[in-house]
Amino acid sequence: MTTPRPADAPAAPAARPAEWPLWEVFVRSRRGLAHTHAGSLHAPDAAMALRNARDLYTRRSEGVSIWVVPSAQVTASSPDEKDTFFEPAGDKPYRHPTFYEIPDGVHHL
Amino acid sequence: MTNLTRTPALALGDDALILSHRLGEWAGHAPVLEEEVALANIALDLLGQARILLSLAGDEDELAYLREERQFCNVQLVEQPNGDFAHTIARQLYFSLYQQLLFDHLATGGSELAPLAAKAVKETAYHRDHAEQWTLRLGDGTDESHTRMQRGLDALWRFTGELFEPVDALDAPWQTLRDEWTTRLTTVLERATLTVPQGPQHGAWTAGAGRQGLHTEPFGRMLAEMQHLHRSHPGATW
Amino acid sequence: MTTIAPEESALEAVFDATVAADERIEPRDWMPDAYRSTLIRQIAQHAHSEIIGMQPEANWITRAPSLRRKAILMAKVQDEAGHGLYLYSSAETLGTSRDELLDKLHTGRQKYSSIFNYPTLTWADVGAIGWLVDGAAITNQVPLCRCSYGPYARAMVRICKEESFHQRQGYELLLALSRGTEAQHAMAQDAVDRWWWPSLMMFGPPDDESAHSAQSMAWKIKRHSNDELRQRFVDICVPQAEALGLTLPDPDLSWNEERGHYDFGPIDWTEFWEVLKGNGPCNAQRITRRRRAHEDGAWVREAAAAHAAKHGKADR
Repeated sequence: MTTPRPADAPAAPAARPAEWPLWEVFVRSRRGLAHTHAGSLHAPDAAMALRNARDLYTRRSEGVSIWVVPSAQVTASSPDEKDTFFEPAGDKPYRHPTFYEIPDGVHHL
Repeated sequence: MTNLTRTPALALGDDALILSHRLGEWAGHAPVLEEEVALANIALDLLGQARILLSLAGDEDELAYLREERQFCNVQLVEQPNGDFAHTIARQLYFSLYQQLLFDHLATGGSELAPLAAKAVKETAYHRDHAEQWTLRLGDGTDESHTRMQRGLDALWRFTGELFEPVDALDAPWQTLRDEWTTRLTTVLERATLTVPQGPQHGAWTAGAGRQGLHTEPFGRMLAEMQHLHRSHPGATW
Repeated sequence: MTTIAPEESALEAVFDATVAADERIEPRDWMPDAYRSTLIRQIAQHAHSEIIGMQPEANWITRAPSLRRKAILMAKVQDEAGHGLYLYSSAETLGTSRDELLDKLHTGRQKYSSIFNYPTLTWADVGAIGWLVDGAAITNQVPLCRCSYGPYARAMVRICKEESFHQRQGYELLLALSRGTEAQHAMAQDAVDRWWWPSLMMFGPPDDESAHSAQSMAWKIKRHSNDELRQRFVDICVPQAEALGLTLPDPDLSWNEERGHYDFGPIDWTEFWEVLKGNGPCNAQRITRRRRAHEDGAWVREAAAAHAAKHGKADR
């Protein structure tokens, strides 16, 4: 249960000999924005994955740049470890600006 | 339609129109879903080019649907049936390489085709890349794919000479284009472990014939299908 | 992977609470086996419908009567391939593979929407599919954008956004025919006559006969009942048909002031079950063609895989 698996990858890959591997596609929608996950697709290799991603995920001008990553190369945190991973951050409100009270009339803070 | 002038826009428009139609026949038949999307993208680019070019020559629908076979001036290469996927890729490789070189040239000239060529050359470069990627994979994939790819290249070779027959009223350095085409093709085929076909680049009596309105047998059948509905309702709008 | 009962029930409680709070379940979360298998079946059926659904429309690509219509139709059929692809991908996050799902489709172990077992006999059918079939599909799909399974919901958001043009182009196509020549008008009416009832069947059997409804509603992978959605669809279509200048083939169709809905006639469920069983006009044809495309493409897929095995490292 603790083996790292890609976030959205098959829990138990039912691989067949001829099936092309799965790739995760990240698209930058315009300059200045980060690449965000758009979806996935199958391709025999990186070059084709990139082209398939272009054809599939940017056919309505959704992007200016694409990353493709083999799904099997993504290491994800486990939902089982959600508490140990993410809860400790929950009780540290002093990391947020709203934690601090500033008198009325003080600006630019 | 009568009194038709064969203009460069019409010739290049017919190339795009007919190849787009052939690629459209792949819908639902592609080897993998990703390729359905890729082939349709190319078909749509070509149809877009065809509509602009035909509109320079007249009414796009009248030209597409109401001309007789002998009035079409596309090269014979683009009307050839799809065959298997390798055959289609061979046709794409030959044609897109030619189209990219020609549009590259036209884009920098001052003709009425320059704006279209400047836009289309980007699409065409992608089509050429698609064809090259597949040529590499099929040529250097399995024994079966290698055989099929070589067979496709060989079968269509005799339609490649026509690509460089001068088009009336179209100013282009045909021999230079041809040399460049041959060099680039050779590079790709060598990388793909394939060989450049050796036979003649023209059929026995059909040299440059497509541009003059003389076509191959499958073309009439293709047109019959394409035009039937439009012609069954004269004057109707859709 | 040995799970002891108390742990399982704790996990189930977390799952239930997540669904109840209208939050999304994500691929690596614990989920009941039945939730997983129901979702796989539902998403696969949806994906299969997209790719089988390409066929009746692709049937008219080569005969489209104007270049504008031809471009629209090609783009639409292409979208369907894309939507099938998004959906297979979201099913794959549940631990299955596209190959496995395609195999189940090809061997009849998984279904696709029965609507695609009807033929497209005229050009007007392309319009009727866009207006009625896509209209029914959208009515079904919009609520699924809020479905409890994250990847499915996200795929549906993308699909619904892209599909908004599908229904409009169908309606516009029919409008042009309806306002066209007499022959064109007749063609449009004939298509609507043939597609109306099968479209209503797309919402599935009546609520009291629907096998999976209650559990799916509880899991929020289905958000409204079949009959509810069907009624919504009828109410939407009646005024649209009037604006088209076409009639809907149901003499019982009438506004019910009290219910605030249109009443409509009985659906021929015998036909529905027959088509579902495989006796529709095109069942065999659709699946044979689908299987052939897959088989004909096998050598291409193998070639690309073989090439990648030889050159994989160099390509990266």
